[in-house]
Order: sequence, then C-alpha cells, then structure tokens
Amino acid sequence: MRRTRIASTRLALGAGIALLATLTLSACGGAKVGEDSGSSGGGECGEFNIAINPWVGYEANAAVIAEVAEQELGCNVNKKDLKEEVAWQGFGTGEVDAIVENWGHEDLKQKYIKEQKTAVEAGSTGVKGEIGWFVPKWMTEKYPGITNWKNLNKYANLFKTSESGGKGQLLDGDPSFVTNDEALVKNLNLNYKVVYAGSENALNEAFTKADEQRTPVLGYFYTPQWLQTQVDLVRVKLPQYKPGCDADPEKIACDYPTYDLDKIVSKQFADENGPAFKLVKNFQWTNEDQNQVATMIAKDKMSPEQAAKKWVQDNKDKVNSWIGKD
Amino acid sequence: MSTAQLRDTITTRRPSKGALVAGILAVWLVAWLVLRGTHTLPLGAAQLTGLHEWLNDVNDSIGANRNSNPLFLYFFNIIRLIVDEFTTFIQTVLSEPAFDSPIPMLGWLGVVAVAGYVCYLVANIRVALLAMAGLVFLGLQGLWTESMDTLALTISAVLIALLFAIPLGVWAGLSDRFNRLITPVLDFMQTMPTFVYLAPLTLFFLIGPASATIATLIYAAPPVIRLTAHGIRSVPRDMVEASESLGSTRRQTLTKVLLPAAKRTIVLGINQTMMAALAMVTIAALIDAPGLGKTVIKALQTQDVGTAFNGGLAIVVLAIILDRVTTAASAKARPSHTAPSRGAAMLRLPMLIGGGVLAAIGVWLSRTYVWAAEFPADVEIGSTIVRATDTATEWVKDNFAALTTDLKDVVSATLIDPLQALLVQSPWWLVAAVIIAISVVIGSIRAAVVSAVCLALLVGTGLWQDAMTTLAQVLLATVIVMVLGIVLGVWMGRSPRVDRVVRPVLDAGQTMPPFVYLVPFLALFEATRFTAIIAAVVYASPVAIKIVTDGIRGVSATTVEAATASGSSTWQTITKVQLPMSRRALTLATNQGLIYVLSMVVVGGLVGAGALGYQVVAGFSQGQLYGKGLAAGIAIVLLGVMLDRMTQAAAKRADRPS
Repeated sequence: MRRTRIASTRLALGAGIALLATLTLSACGGAKVGEDSGSSGGGECGEFNIAINPWVGYEANAAVIAEVAEQELGCNVNKKDLKEEVAWQGFGTGEVDAIVENWGHEDLKQKYIKEQKTAVEAGSTGVKGEIGWFVPKWMTEKYPGITNWKNLNKYANLFKTSESGGKGQLLDGDPSFVTNDEALVKNLNLNYKVVYAGSENALNEAFTKADEQRTPVLGYFYTPQWLQTQVDLVRVKLPQYKPGCDADPEKIACDYPTYDLDKIVSKQFADENGPAFKLVKNFQWTNEDQNQVATMIAKDKMSPEQAAKKWVQDNKDKVNSWIGKD
Repeated sequence: MSTAQLRDTITTRRPSKGALVAGILAVWLVAWLVLRGTHTLPLGAAQLTGLHEWLNDVNDSIGANRNSNPLFLYFFNIIRLIVDEFTTFIQTVLSEPAFDSPIPMLGWLGVVAVAGYVCYLVANIRVALLAMAGLVFLGLQGLWTESMDTLALTISAVLIALLFAIPLGVWAGLSDRFNRLITPVLDFMQTMPTFVYLAPLTLFFLIGPASATIATLIYAAPPVIRLTAHGIRSVPRDMVEASESLGSTRRQTLTKVLLPAAKRTIVLGINQTMMAALAMVTIAALIDAPGLGKTVIKALQTQDVGTAFNGGLAIVVLAIILDRVTTAASAKARPSHTAPSRGAAMLRLPMLIGGGVLAAIGVWLSRTYVWAAEFPADVEIGSTIVRATDTATEWVKDNFAALTTDLKDVVSATLIDPLQALLVQSPWWLVAAVIIAISVVIGSIRAAVVSAVCLALLVGTGLWQDAMTTLAQVLLATVIVMVLGIVLGVWMGRSPRVDRVVRPVLDAGQTMPPFVYLVPFLALFEATRFTAIIAAVVYASPVAIKIVTDGIRGVSATTVEAATASGSSTWQTITKVQLPMSRRALTLATNQGLIYVLSMVVVGGLVGAGALGYQVVAGFSQGQLYGKGLAAGIAIVLLGVMLDRMTQAAAKRADRPS
C-alpha cells in the first residue's frame, strides 16, 4: 500500500514535469499575451448602462441599441441582467441608465417617475404588446367558436386537468405580469379555475406541448414573444377593452388593453442628454423587426450580439434615422 | 404535573405512540367530515392584508430615503465598498481582465497549476489530479471564463463568510446562551427564500459584486457556524479539564485543545458552506452576478435545455472538485490521521519544492503566452454535450409523455388531492390542534409550544390557506424522500461499490440548478403540483440517502456478522438489526429531508405548485405584491422551524434508551 502510494506520487511528479516541459518547448514561438490588443476608442459617449430584462424580445431591443451605441457612437456599453423591479430601483442608485422595453407597469411609473423622481419616460419603442388568453391554432379548427369567450363554458371539459378541481383550467402565471384572470373568470361566470404555472418557462412548455402533441390548453400569454414565431397561437376574444373598464380590479369584465411598449431612462441620464440618451429616445421599430432579431436568437441560436449585428447591417436606414445620420 | 413528569408518563406509554398518532388522525378525519369548509381563512390572489400593505410601505420608504439616511451613507456603503473591492480582486485573479492586461492575473494554465499545487498541500496528490482534470474539463466545455467567474464569487463569499462564521461558531460552541440566541437566526437565514431579500439587497448594496456576494453568503454561512459550534461541543470534557488543570488560560485551551480537536468538523462545515454557495449561482445571476448562472438562465429563456445542461454540468463539476478537496482535507485534519510513512516523508520535501516550481512555471506561461492564458477555443466538447442532451430530451419527451401524464393524474387524484383537501378545508383551529397534539406525542412539550407559536404567527401572515396547500406538498415530498432515502441508503451502506457509482449522481442532484431538469419535467408532467414535488425530491433525497448510508455503515460490523451467523436472512438483518440500530440517522435524515424540501418550495412555485412558493415569486416580480411575498417567505420559515423542532424532538427521544 505504502509502496504503491510513493510510486504513484513519484509517477505523478514525473508526469507533471514531462508535461510542462513539452508545453514549454511547444510554446516557443507562440503568440504572446497583449501583443495584438487593439485599442478601443472611448469617444464622447462614455459609459452606457443598459438593463437586460429576462425575456428574448427585450434582449432583441437591447442588443440592437447596444450594437449601434458601441459601433456608431463609441459608447462603452454595460449590459446588466436584471429583473424589472431591480432595474427600476437601479435608476435611483445610478447603476441603470435605460430600460428599453417596458410593459405598462403603472405602479412602478407612479413610484419612480412621480414619487421618487428618479426616472423619466423616453417614448415608444414602436412595438405593440398584447396580453390575453390564447389557445393553440389547431383547436380553432377542431372546436368552432372556441375563440369567443361566450363558448368557453361549452368547452370547459376539454381543459380539465389534475390541478383544476373538476373545472376547466386557465393556465396563468408568468408572475412578472399583472393578471386580472381570477376576477375575469368570476365576473364572466366561467366554469374555470385559474392555475398558476409560475414562470414563463412553464407557459412555454405548456404551449409547445399543446402544439406538438395536440393537447388542449387555454392560457394567459402575450405577444410579441419568441415562441409565437414557432408555435401558432390564437387569441380568445373577451369583452372588448374600453378605457376605464379595468379601473376596479374586483369588477373587471373586459379584455386586457393593448400596451404601447415604451422606454424608461434615469432622470440623470436624460438631463445629461448625451448621444446614448438621444439614441434611446429615437429608437423605434416594429413588431416584425423585433421578431426577426428574436427568432435569430431563440431559434437560430445566434448570440444577441451576432443577431443585432446582422439586423443592423440589413437595416441601415432605420439605424441612421435613430442617430441622425443621412 | 411538571413537564418532566408529563414527559415521563408519555414515555412510559411509549409502545402506544403509533396508536396515539393514529387516534389523533382518526379524530381529525371525523371532525373534517363534519366541519369542512368552515374557518378556512381564504385570501384571493390579488387580495392583500394590512400586514402586506405595511410591509410594502416599509420597503418603499427604505428605497426613497437611501440617499439621505446616515445608516446608508456610512454603514452600508462602507460594507459595500469593502466587499466590492475584495470580490473584484478575486475576479481579476481568475476571470476578469486585470489592470492593463487583457487577461486575468492567472490564465487557465496558471489556475490549473496553482489549483493542483494547493490541493496537494491541503489534501493529497490524487485529489490534486482530480481537481486539475476537472478544471480542464470546464475549459473543454467552452465555459472557462464563466466557470472562473462563478469560482471567484464562490471563493470570495466563502472567505468572507468564514471571517465571521468561525468566531461566531466558536462562541456558539462555548456559550449555551449565545447558541440558543443564534440558532433561530441561522434557521431564518437558511429557510427564508432568497427571492424575498434579493431585491431589497440591491437597495442596500447596489447592483454588482457586493450584492451577489452578500446574497450568497447569507445562505451559505449557517452550515459552517453550526458545524463549528458542534465541533467545539463534541470535544471530550476530560480533554478540556486536563488542559485547564495544567494551568492553561482560556485562550490557550481554545487554540491548543478545542480548535485542533474540532478541526475536522470545521472543515466539514466549510465543505457544506461551499456547496450552499454554489447552489446560489443561478439565483445570484438574477441581480447580474457574472458566471455560469447567467449561462443557464439565458439558455432557459429560449427553452434551450442542451446549453443549460452544459452550464449546469459545469456547476456540478466545480461542486465535485470543491467537495472532494475539502473532504480529503478534512480527513487529513483528523487527529487519528496516520503519520506518513518514512518513504513518503522523505519524498514530501522534493514534492513540495517540485510542485511549487511546476506551479510557478504554469503561472509564468499563462501570463506570457496566449495559448496558456485563454483556453483554446478549437478543442471543445461543449457542443457535443449540448447536442446529446437535446437529443436525449426530445427522445424522452416523445416516448414518455402519455405515460407520465397518467402517472401524474393518478398520484394527484389519490395522494395530493385528499391530503390537500384535509389540510386546506379543515378549520384552522382544528389543524392547529392536531399539529400541537402530534408534537406532544412524537416530540416534547417544548416542541408543542414552538408549534403553537409558529401556527399563531402563520395565521398572522394572512396566508393560512396557502401555507396548508404548501404543507400538503411538503409532507408528501418528504415521505417520498424518506422511501428513497431508506432504499438507496441501505443499498449504498451495504455495498461500497454501489456507493461509488451512485454518489456522483447524488452530488449532481444537489448542485445541478433545478430548472435545467425542470424544463423537460414540465413537458412530461406539465405545470402541476406533481412536478413541484418531483423537483423537491430530486434536490432533497441525496442528503437523506447520504445520512442513511452513513448510519447503516455506522452499525458495528460484529453485530451484523453475529446476526448473519445466527442465520438471519439479508432481509432480516436489514429490518431487525441495521435499520433499528441506525434509528438516529433515520430521524436526522427525515429532519434534513424536510428542510431541503422546504427550500424547494419557491422553485415549486415556478413550476405549478402555486401557494406560498408562487406568492414569493410574484412578490419578487411585482411591486404591489412585495409585502405579500415577504409574508409568504416568513410563512415558509415558520413551517420550517415548526417541522424542524418537531422532528428534532422526535430524534432526541429516539436517542434515549427506552
């Protein structure tokens, strides 16, 4: 036992020396550290801290803005992966300059724009956001009228699961978004139970499975979202949204509004009015543009940087209009 | 009747303990039939209580005043500055470009060489080779920089934790009063879901390395404090007395007797702290902590299981390296560790010098040549791992989905639904009475008092119904964990070969970020309570299995031989000798299994468990639900403390000879 231990120790030492010797020899003539580091120019833009909220559509917006800021304006872009709440907090502490896709969040606007005065709005991104109830497309062909809420009770049996206690299941639950679904189910007298999936991953898997294996699913979802470029979903029509119909959360009986997805920046960043701020303010594109970049990231597995680079090359006109170049 | 007398009366009636519990449950069932649906304390998804709103206000006022409050300007900002500097320094050593150089202070070859040398110093050559191979594997996965970021964060969190954890542990080991004081604090640190304090933490310490490090160390510090205290306490009294009678001062007794004798347990504590720190990697990524956590989370945003698995695997490899090194170091620190043979001792000096020279050459190379600084991108196995995982996942999904749906439906209808109905639909006071009665029967009067206080506070959180839904799932998951724990634990305890094969799988279960396997599980079992229970079982059963294995192995070989010699079959040996004799390990496994299951409640909330877990997640994501999420976090802590004290009291009883 002892002998073998000594032997193995000796062996390891010998092997180590041999290995390093070969490495050293073969290294002669190898490239040296620091030889080819090109200097990256600072430019007048300086530091630009952009929050990255955790969904692909947001990442598409941020990647394109970062690409333009770096390449055209010479900014030093810091991308910070943060949940929405934390990102809004970051305005006050000076660690976040911009959020580039905001879904409503009236409560946060109230708190940080009106009360704490650390953030200001920076206009629309041009992307329209929809929240609502969705079913997979194949169900609309098989079950006529399923996209009208009035027929949902008729089909409640289809959506029964182990979680829904004998009623139909309405799958909710990316916890980041406001949901009125419990009130809706009650006020529209639907024979459904809201089940909280709890994450976007869970919703994605549910709809993917519903599409691939033809299992019925009725769920809360939103668009633009990368999955919708791969899985066909159809929105269920609820009673039409009218301004003010969602004023009392207990009595809501109407659909969700269409959101004009906008940009929020820190007050200080806006006041300094530098080139990065002007870029964020002027940035505007469409749902189709965002979907192009999102698909490259989600489906073609490109990195956000590569995807943004490609889109920017193909869309010089739009980019130039943001930075005031002809 | 005094407590002691009462305890004695109960103990003398000990054979009927099972009957008593059965009786209590029978009464409960009958009462449930009559009373169900009354006094259930429901609360709608969007409803808030006064407490929840008050907690919201507190959170808001902290945010609004942070720039003018002296506490922030002087206290928190200084802590942040120090922690930031320290973490950033370790990053510049391992992962981030240092000073004017485009690479960190150590390139990959330098890290491998230094790690090998350090592992040899603190442990042995075998572990050193394992560590070096593991590190190279990380590079081959194409995740060198990410892994080093994670390693840097882990190291700095653990080092800072040790700085105060070991003194605190020593104090808790020496003073009973301080031990009683700190135990609930440690419980709180370990069971309070991180999601609850993650957002406020960035208010105190800003977004950056400081917040990530502090979030990690809050969760990771308790094990080393507990084990240090335990180590100090376990030093035999006569050793201390002998030292004192020789005229040692307190300080001398501490440094010359207590600390050396407790060294092995303390190193074990460091091991547990490292594992806990690694478990925080993905959560810290939500506040911009660099490293493997980001790799996993980004991949999961697009359901990219392959890439997420590759990242998760790197975390597992890091965990195995750190675990094996600290375990070997702890074995070496054992007082009975055999002194090296003369031959080995003669070899030791040349090995030390030789190893040091090799490490120095490695460092020099890694600072000079690009190939030794940046891990070559053209040799890699990462993409193969990604593809293989994707293929395997698709295959499982395609072939098992129908079967798994049936399984899920049956388990839900026959087990989860009835238990949940019993807990949720009973009047709250009935459930409380049952729990207190069971605490008395299986535990002690003291445990019953703790249960009563926890239950009262639970009602106070306004989330009684959610708490009962969660409790139903926690109990079921724990039962499954214990079944697995006993079956695999006995098997592994009896066969070292099985142990060697299964143990790395258990390590993976403990350190692989849950979402990596949960995404395929979601496809198989959908977003349901069943999926949440499975997630908890995967995470919690390794610890139960390991404890049972240890217990079975602790049964003396002569006893087992005697049983075999007297003609017992294998089954008889297990059920009549080995299991009864490791009763203490079984109760400890139940206790730890419960605590680990509870720590998965929030992850469960992300995959369909609803209830407390979902409330915590929603509170993290939506400002107006913050207070409710915090209350849900407190409710989880309360459940944890209650179940912990109950099982510990039961364990203590199992220890007492009947």
